[in-house]
Amino acid sequence: MAIKTQPVTVNLGPQHPSTHGVFRMRVMFDGEEIVDVEPVFGYLHRGSEKLAEERTYTQIVTLTDRMDYVSSMLNNQAYILAVEKLAGIEPSPRGVWLRMIASELQRIASHLVATGFLLQDLGALGTPLIYAMRERENILDLFEMLCGARITNSYLRPGGVFMDAPAEFWPALDRGLGDILNTVDELETYLSGNEIVFSRTKGTAVLPKELLINASITGPMLRASGVDWDLRHRAPYDYYDRVSFDRILHTASDNYARYWVRVQETRESVKIIRQCIEQIEPGDVRPSFDEVPRLIRPPVGDAYAAIEGSKGELGFYLVSDGSIAPYRMHVRASSLINLTLLRDMLIGGQFGDLFVTFGSVDLNMGEVDR
Amino acid sequence: MGQAFLDNSLWRNIYCVLAGDSASCASRGYSDGFLPGGLEWLAFLLAALAIIGLVVNGVLGGVIVLIWGERRLFGRFQSRTGPNRWGPFGTLTSVADAVKTMFKEDIVPADADRILFNLAPILIAAPALLVFSVIPFGVGTYVADLNVGVLFVMAITSLTTLSVLTAAWSSGNRIAILSALRSVALLISYEIPMALAVVGVIMLAGSMSLGDIIVAQGVPFILVQPLGFFVFFIAAMAEMARAPFDLTEAESELAAGYLNDYASMKFGLFFLAEFMAEISTSAIITTLFLSGWRGFDPIPSHFWFGAKLIAVLFVIIWFRMTLPRLRVDQVLKFAWKGLFELTMINIVVTAILIAIWPEPTTANLWAMAAVNWPVAIISIYLVSKLLGTAPYDQPLPDPNAPSYPVGSESIPASSVLGAETTSAPVQARIQEEGGQ
Repeated sequence: MAIKTQPVTVNLGPQHPSTHGVFRMRVMFDGEEIVDVEPVFGYLHRGSEKLAEERTYTQIVTLTDRMDYVSSMLNNQAYILAVEKLAGIEPSPRGVWLRMIASELQRIASHLVATGFLLQDLGALGTPLIYAMRERENILDLFEMLCGARITNSYLRPGGVFMDAPAEFWPALDRGLGDILNTVDELETYLSGNEIVFSRTKGTAVLPKELLINASITGPMLRASGVDWDLRHRAPYDYYDRVSFDRILHTASDNYARYWVRVQETRESVKIIRQCIEQIEPGDVRPSFDEVPRLIRPPVGDAYAAIEGSKGELGFYLVSDGSIAPYRMHVRASSLINLTLLRDMLIGGQFGDLFVTFGSVDLNMGEVDR
Repeated sequence: MGQAFLDNSLWRNIYCVLAGDSASCASRGYSDGFLPGGLEWLAFLLAALAIIGLVVNGVLGGVIVLIWGERRLFGRFQSRTGPNRWGPFGTLTSVADAVKTMFKEDIVPADADRILFNLAPILIAAPALLVFSVIPFGVGTYVADLNVGVLFVMAITSLTTLSVLTAAWSSGNRIAILSALRSVALLISYEIPMALAVVGVIMLAGSMSLGDIIVAQGVPFILVQPLGFFVFFIAAMAEMARAPFDLTEAESELAAGYLNDYASMKFGLFFLAEFMAEISTSAIITTLFLSGWRGFDPIPSHFWFGAKLIAVLFVIIWFRMTLPRLRVDQVLKFAWKGLFELTMINIVVTAILIAIWPEPTTANLWAMAAVNWPVAIISIYLVSKLLGTAPYDQPLPDPNAPSYPVGSESIPASSVLGAETTSAPVQARIQEEGGQ
C-alpha cells in the first residue's frame, strides 16, 4: 500500500534563532528535502538611503555604520571614497594608512563572526562561536583605542580619519595580530580537519561559476568558485597597490570552500596590516579644515566608489546637486546581492543544510534591508 | 518477607527498622521495630513509599546538581565563568531556574489537542524515572534486581520517543512534527545497534540482570568489550538526542523542535526528563561497562558508582560541547552502515572467544581483552575509511594563473569606479526636479 504524502510548508523566521537577524523564509519540505523557498525580507528596513538625503556628507558616516554593523569600518571606507571622488578631495597619506589598517582589522573581525556563526548553524553549541568572538573582542578593543567606539565607529572622515592613533595603539596592534594568527591556527586545527564539519559542508549548495558571475556575486563566495576577483587587486583603491598579498581561491564553490576562503583571508589581512605598519609615515591624519571643511559642497555630478568589503563588492553611488546633502545615495549592498542565489543553493538540499548554507553566504540583515 | 528483598540493603534497612520483631529481620541482627507485631504489611508499604521517595528525590536532586555542573562546565569549555551569582559558585542557579519555571504562565496553543498535550510531559517523565528502578547504586542498593534488567532498560528508554511524538502531534505545530519524525527515525535506527552492543556483555556475564553483570566483571567490560562500549556509547548519545545527534531539538534548525509550544512546568518536565535520561544513561554505561559499584575496599561501593557516573557524565558533556551536529541522512547512514557492522563483528568475535573459554575467569577476561582491542581498532579504522568523506580531488587554483578568465587582466579604472563626469540623463533629471 502506497502512503499518500504531500509537501508541507513551514514558516521560518523572522523570529528564528539562526536567521542572522530578522529574515523570513517560507520553505516547502518534502520530508527533509527542500522543495521550494520563498525569502521575505524588509523587517529591518530603516531607510538609510533616504535619510542620507537629509544629512550633510559628514553626518552620513554614522548612517553607514549601521548598515552592516559587523563591518562598520569597511562601510565608512566605501562611503568616504565615494565622497572623496565626488568632491575631488586629496586624502592625507597617514589617514589613508590608518583607514587601511582599520578596515583590514574589520575584515578579520567580520570573517571571524561569519566563521563562528557558520559553526553555530552547524550545531556546535556555541564553543567555536565564542572562540571566534573572543578574538573579535580584541579587535574591538583596538577600535576603542582608535576612536572610542567599538561597533558603530564613524572613524573615517573625508580626506582621512578624525583622530590619530594613540601611542599605545601600536604595541597593542602588534600583540593583537599575533593573537589573531594563533586563533586562526586554532580554529583551523579544530575545524578544518573535523570530520563532521567536512562531511556536512563538502558538496552542499554548490554554485557554478557562470551562475555566480551572471548574478554579480562578489567576495569570498565568488572566490570560493575559483574566479580571481578581488577589488583590492583588480582595481586598487587607497594604497592597496603598495601592499602585496595572496588572493585566496578555491574551486569547489560549496559551503566548505566558502568557509575555507574566509579563514585563509584573515591571514592575508594580517599580512596587509603588517605592511601598512611598516609603510605608515608621520603627518596629519586628515587635511585641515581650510582644505576640507565640515560642510562639504561637492560640485554637481555623481560618483561611484567600490571597495572589497568583507562580504563582497561594497559600493556607494552618490549624486550631488551642489548642496550640502547628497541628492541621492545608493548602496550596492553585497549581502543583498549575494542573497539572490539563495533558492538555487537551497532547493533540492536537506533541511539540516538550510541554515548552514544561509550562514555560508555571510549576510547581514542590516545591510540587506538598510 | 522473601529472601530476595532482604538481600537488598535499601529494603532491609527501612523495613527492619519499622518491623524489627519479625523473624527474618531478627536473624540479621535487627532487634526492635517501631511497629508492633502483625503490622509487617504496613512496614512493607511504608518501606516501598520511602524507597520511591528516596530514589525519585535523589534523581531530581541529581538533576539540579547536573544542570548546574553542566552549565559551569560549559562556561569553562567556552572560556567564560558560567553561572556564579546565586549561592556559592552559583550552585543555587538551577534552584532559581526551577522556581522561575514553575511560576511561568502555562500556555496551551489554540490548535493543540489538550488531552494529549497535557499527557505528553507526564509520559516523558515517568519512563525516565522508571529506569532507575533496576540500577544497582551500590552493594545491595537497588530498588529491584530484575532478571531481565537489560531488556527492561531498553524497553523503558524507547518509550521516550512515543512521548516526543505525542507532544509534537498534539501541539499542532509543523516544526514540532518535523522534529518528531527525526526522533522516530533516530530511535528505530539506534535501538538496534544499542541492543546488539549489549549482546556481547550479556554473553560474557551469562545473565541479563544488572546485578549479575556487575558481579561478572572481574575486569571492567570496557576493556573486554571495547567495540561494544564504543557502539553503545554512541547509540546511547543518539537515543537521548544529545549533541552531535541532537536532531530533535536542533536549535539552529528547528528552534526547539517538539518543545516549541510548551511553557511553564510542562516544559520543565521535558527538561527534567532530558537530564534524567543523561543520568540514567551514564548509570547504565557505568553498570554495563565500567563494573558498576566495584572498586577496592576502604572506599564504599556507592562512592565508586558515583565517581564512575560523574566521569561518564563529564565525557557526555564534553562531547556535547565540542562536536557540531550531524545531518539526518548522515546520522542514519552512520547507524546502519557503521555501528550495525561493528556490533556484528563484536558479537562474532565474542562468541568465538566464549566458545574457547566457556566460563571466563579473570585471566581469561584479560586474554579476551588482548584479542578484542586489535579487532576494535582495526574495525573502527576500516569503518571510518568506509564512511569518511573523501577530500577534494581538484587542486586549489593558482591565483597567478586563474582557472577562469574574467574580462581582461587590466580593467580600466573608469569601468569599476564609475564615471568621473555626470551623465547627461542624470543632469537632466536634477534640473527637472529643481536641483541647483
